[in-house]
Amino acid sequence: MTIEILGITVLWVFLFGYILVGAIDFGAGFFNAYSVWRGKERVLTNVIQRYLSPVWEVTNVFLVFFFVGMIGFFPKTAFYYGTTLLVPVSFGIILLAIRGSYYAFETYGARGHKGYSFAYGIAGLLLPASLSIVLTISEGGFVELIDGQPVLDYWKLFTSPLTWAIVVLSLAATLYISAAFLTWYANKAGDVEATDLLRKYALIWALPTIITAAGIIVELRRHNPLHYENIQRFWPLFLLSFVLFLGTVFLIWKRRQYGLAFGLLAGQFVFAFFGYGASHYPYLLYPYLTIYDSFTNPAMAIALVVAFVFGLLLLIPSLYLLLRMFLFNKDYVKGKEDHHA
Amino acid sequence: MFSLDSVFYSRVLTELTLSFHIIYATIGVGVPLMIMLAQWVGIKKNDEHYILLARRWARGFVITVAVGVVTGTAIGLQLSLLWPNFMELAGNVIALPLFMETFAFFFEAIFLGIYLYTWDRFENQKKHFLLLIPVAIGASFSAVFITIVNAFMNAPQGFNLVNNELINVNPLVAMFNPAMPTKVAHVLGTAYMTTAFLLAAIAAFRLLRGSDHVYHKKALLLTMKVGLIFSISAALVGDLSGKYLAEYQPEKLAAAEWHFETEENAPLMLYGVLKDGEVKYAIKIPYALSILAHNSPTAEVIGLDQFPEEDIPPLYIHYLFDIMVTIGMLLLGLSALFLFGMWRKWKFVESRLFRWLIVLSGPLVFVSLEAGWWLAEVGRQPWILRNIMRTSEGATTSGHVDTMLVLFALLYIVLGIGSVVVLRRMFIRNPVEREIADRAQEKGGDIR
Repeated sequence: MTIEILGITVLWVFLFGYILVGAIDFGAGFFNAYSVWRGKERVLTNVIQRYLSPVWEVTNVFLVFFFVGMIGFFPKTAFYYGTTLLVPVSFGIILLAIRGSYYAFETYGARGHKGYSFAYGIAGLLLPASLSIVLTISEGGFVELIDGQPVLDYWKLFTSPLTWAIVVLSLAATLYISAAFLTWYANKAGDVEATDLLRKYALIWALPTIITAAGIIVELRRHNPLHYENIQRFWPLFLLSFVLFLGTVFLIWKRRQYGLAFGLLAGQFVFAFFGYGASHYPYLLYPYLTIYDSFTNPAMAIALVVAFVFGLLLLIPSLYLLLRMFLFNKDYVKGKEDHHA
Repeated sequence: MFSLDSVFYSRVLTELTLSFHIIYATIGVGVPLMIMLAQWVGIKKNDEHYILLARRWARGFVITVAVGVVTGTAIGLQLSLLWPNFMELAGNVIALPLFMETFAFFFEAIFLGIYLYTWDRFENQKKHFLLLIPVAIGASFSAVFITIVNAFMNAPQGFNLVNNELINVNPLVAMFNPAMPTKVAHVLGTAYMTTAFLLAAIAAFRLLRGSDHVYHKKALLLTMKVGLIFSISAALVGDLSGKYLAEYQPEKLAAAEWHFETEENAPLMLYGVLKDGEVKYAIKIPYALSILAHNSPTAEVIGLDQFPEEDIPPLYIHYLFDIMVTIGMLLLGLSALFLFGMWRKWKFVESRLFRWLIVLSGPLVFVSLEAGWWLAEVGRQPWILRNIMRTSEGATTSGHVDTMLVLFALLYIVLGIGSVVVLRRMFIRNPVEREIADRAQEKGGDIR
């Protein structure tokens, strides 16, 4: 394994981490707002707040880690993606800012403030859409070099079916992942009503998730034939991903083993996400930028890897402590202990 | 070609984001230390008031952290969005501290979550106190690493640029650049100082507004002590920063001091206005600039005449310097007077007038903070990487920066108002008297 591949793998793992915890977070915000709107907040809000409160800040760090690491390992991405992404990512930042701060405002400052919960619910739903534009652009065809500077063709981007397929997938997957996780969490809390409601949401969002995921592969055939061919080379990964998807839906349908169901779901996304990533190799931005010509100098690469290893030695035990004290603490999950400041 | 409009709007947007972010970021660096001190004093003295102080600070802290985190994410991404050419070059050399900053942030985020949700969970308060140490370390180290990045922009080193190619990159040499020690020390010290005066202002305000509870008096005494210590440190490190500038960035010092001609026995200019290249109404302190720059009243200080015009920073930074130093000195004096007065039991330090002065110190310290950062940043114009890359070469070529500027301005208005409204509501609805009464009921009346 070359250090370039190690670098991109590490970053891909963190992006996956962000997508998973972020999806739970964004979806939870949306379900929370939806339940407030429908007058059902009594059912969902407690479960959602209990999960989110101690971890909301951590979620954000996964994203920061990803983009800082990206610039660190692959500084040329700043040149290509920085210029072209100004508008979509700025929208993403604004949504993120509204969401993050209004979450804190609602949770810690003004419990039960409807405006705040709507703001963070809606912002969370739009966020995956605005950030997933990056994945669309990376497929190539939307960026042109004019006078040596990359320029994004917005018209082409907004009229491409690929764009919208990825946007719909990001939305459906967000709600699906979140609902499946919260079903498990609510069930652990012994909250039958919330479990039932969330189970229903999980089943509703399962189908659009898998349909759009398959649709994107078809779409790529037209848009980026090289990538399409590469995807076929990794077909066992995608097949496995599909089987795991069936397993998750089956378990949730039968109201059995929600924990295992969420595990299978995580597996489904791992295989699909890494299959997608591997088939994208070696391009960061097709056809301008590969991981090889954008890689940083060897001295910095080694320094970053060393920092990364020491960082993980610090983080993994800390994360474990966090999970043990809240997510896997029975009394906390059931709401018997509420020791917030 | 470089789009000049984009350069201008990128500068404005970056300045706007950073100016807004540092308000919350500074609180984010300082408050964990203050909470830690209060909790520690509470445990040592077995005084519930201090524990409650820590708890109430922590509660308000969450709101400021939230805004600090999201605006920090904004500036993190804007670095690449607005300055892609700069990040492409600098990323090769300075990625290490940027990366380490995210680890510090991660570390803080994890333990802050745990700390906030484990009040009264442990029988032993010391265990809970231990959780604060990683929070405070994480908060301060984020500031350290990100300041190192900024120091690098002032004094880039650790690489060779040959025919526009970077060679011999050494990330550690880049980190430990000459600007780093004074910058880091000044940023940390002033962050603690700023927070101390902010919290002192709150305590003084509550005392003025009818609540005469001993809780606020304890808060005031603790915060003023910390305020004094760190205003002294800020002044000392400020002096060292002057010496650093004289040695490594003489054009910044000369512009800040309106020191036009290289000379020995250089006087220090305070205040005054600049009209047609002439300094008027300034207070001249003989030899002081030579002392500030080289610790010797007769030393030669390099003036602006040594630099080509296109390398000289805007001269208005002199006003920023005056604002920063004046406020810093006033606050040092105020806290010293307060503590001395308390020790000698002078009546007037507990008078309404004096308390209003302390309330005033809260906003003033933030004015000083902003002025200091603007001085530091505008003072290295026209460079984004001193002597390597000009600001105009680093900016984006996208034509949409002006629209984004409007959007972000709206965002910061919304966040600013939202955070103030929520904070006010949190503390007005639940004044300390009521919380103490509630706790007394729970615990069977052993606190008052």
